[in-house]
Amino acid sequence: MIDLLTIFVLAVFVGFEVVSKVSTILHTPLMSGANAIHGVILVGAILITGSAESTLELVLGLLAVFLATVNVVGGFVVTDRMLEMFKK
Amino acid sequence: MIVQLMYLVAALCFILALKGLSSPKYARYGNFIGAFGMLVAVVTAYVHGVVHNGLWILIAVAFGVAVGIPAARSVKMTAIPQMVALFNGVGGAAAALVALAEFFAVRDPGFLFLLATVLTVLIGSVSFSGSVVTFLKLQELMTTRPVLLPAGQQLAIAAGVSSVALGVLTMTTENGLLLWLLAIAGLALGVLFVLPVGGADVPIAISLLNAFTGLAVAASGYVLANTLLIVAGTLVGASGTILTRLMAQAMGRSLANILFGAFRATTVAALGEEQRTVKSGTVEDVAILLGYANNVLVVPGYGLAVAQAQHAVRELVAQLEKRGVSVSYGIHPVAGRMPGHMNVLLAEADVPYEQLKELDDINPGITSVDVAVVVGANDVVNPGARDEPSSPIYGMPIFDVDRAKSVVFMKRSMRPGFAGVDNELLYNPKTTLLFGDAKDSLTKLLAAVKQL
Repeated sequence: MIDLLTIFVLAVFVGFEVVSKVSTILHTPLMSGANAIHGVILVGAILITGSAESTLELVLGLLAVFLATVNVVGGFVVTDRMLEMFKK
Repeated sequence: MIVQLMYLVAALCFILALKGLSSPKYARYGNFIGAFGMLVAVVTAYVHGVVHNGLWILIAVAFGVAVGIPAARSVKMTAIPQMVALFNGVGGAAAALVALAEFFAVRDPGFLFLLATVLTVLIGSVSFSGSVVTFLKLQELMTTRPVLLPAGQQLAIAAGVSSVALGVLTMTTENGLLLWLLAIAGLALGVLFVLPVGGADVPIAISLLNAFTGLAVAASGYVLANTLLIVAGTLVGASGTILTRLMAQAMGRSLANILFGAFRATTVAALGEEQRTVKSGTVEDVAILLGYANNVLVVPGYGLAVAQAQHAVRELVAQLEKRGVSVSYGIHPVAGRMPGHMNVLLAEADVPYEQLKELDDINPGITSVDVAVVVGANDVVNPGARDEPSSPIYGMPIFDVDRAKSVVFMKRSMRPGFAGVDNELLYNPKTTLLFGDAKDSLTKLLAAVKQL
């Protein structure tokens, strides 16, 4: 358990550190990119569905897989569309 | 072992992605790296973690791709903020569902498992319903004004208290029904939390909900004992919190004021009820004003983007430059609907990056500006934000265009801006109003300037 806590605390610091200075023009793409990254819940959704034993678990899991996929692919594509605009 | 290594690779990719997204030069690579890390993580999970239902999972993913990609491809640049809000909301819902499913799968849950489950379900639900409300506000499917329910504050407190109570009860009784009720309380809490946030502040609420979803994902990592979910969720939670603060700072507001300010502000509509005179001009008047100026400042706002007038404004600026007029764009940090949104919209129209100036570049020399042209912006040039402590946007930094030698205000109507606040600048004797659709007016102006 203490392992997981260690990971959590370190990740907090990395998260703070990484975006401590970012120019206002990138606020929107950064938010959108971070939004795509929390779509990693797809991993959790796949794992839970892949070992589901009851219909309830299966239904909840599949719904989660669907929603998380929308989050991931939509997030990365929309971020890329924004960033494409910045190229000279 | 190999699974953990793959997850480590993915986690590093996510860190590099956030790092890249913080600098203009590497932002696009950053996004690619993030997507690559995600692919590694998802394939690893599928190959090593799926015992059965593999086909079902692939079908669900295919549906997700079929919905997500067209939505992200077809969304107009002006509607990006609400799209991000929706993607964020479904992520929060997914986290809550994962925790629910795992709760029903696990026999004999421990204390930490229960705590993490309850937190994931609660935060995920709040994030989902809150994001849906922000979407409705930005899409203008509901009012953009702060919505104050009768006893809204009490309702919010009641939803908060019952969430905590249901959470504790779920943990002590391990009853699934209570967990469902907790999800419902979370949904109510999310709605009540976002309703009082005013239109211009909604992007800040989206950013905060984004951080919330990150935390929900991190908590779900404890539920599943999955390190990647913990790392990635925490990264987003932490960076999202910082980003929310940076955005609030750009608007000169405290987070508490943005989220809870509407409970106090009651004086919004009191001013400007009586009829007051404004000065409106013709296209030719404005063309002469611009054509013979030395120094012109263009302040674009969301209205410019709605009218799809980015290209028209660039052509007008090019024509003015041909006549030897020096022109720059003043980009407010929150111009558009989200920090940085206007930069994206103008970049889309090939406006050179170097012409885009920020507040600190413009305001010190603003008295030497001959004509300030305000196109589709309103709140970001409202002197009330500087001079009027009772104004709901008081404290937000603005372009001091009322100190320029003259002002041209292009407007569709006398309707107030997104924040719903009357603008003193409209009644300033230095101000000339040019009514009409922004694109139409700019095109006519271009023709008139050419004939000078």
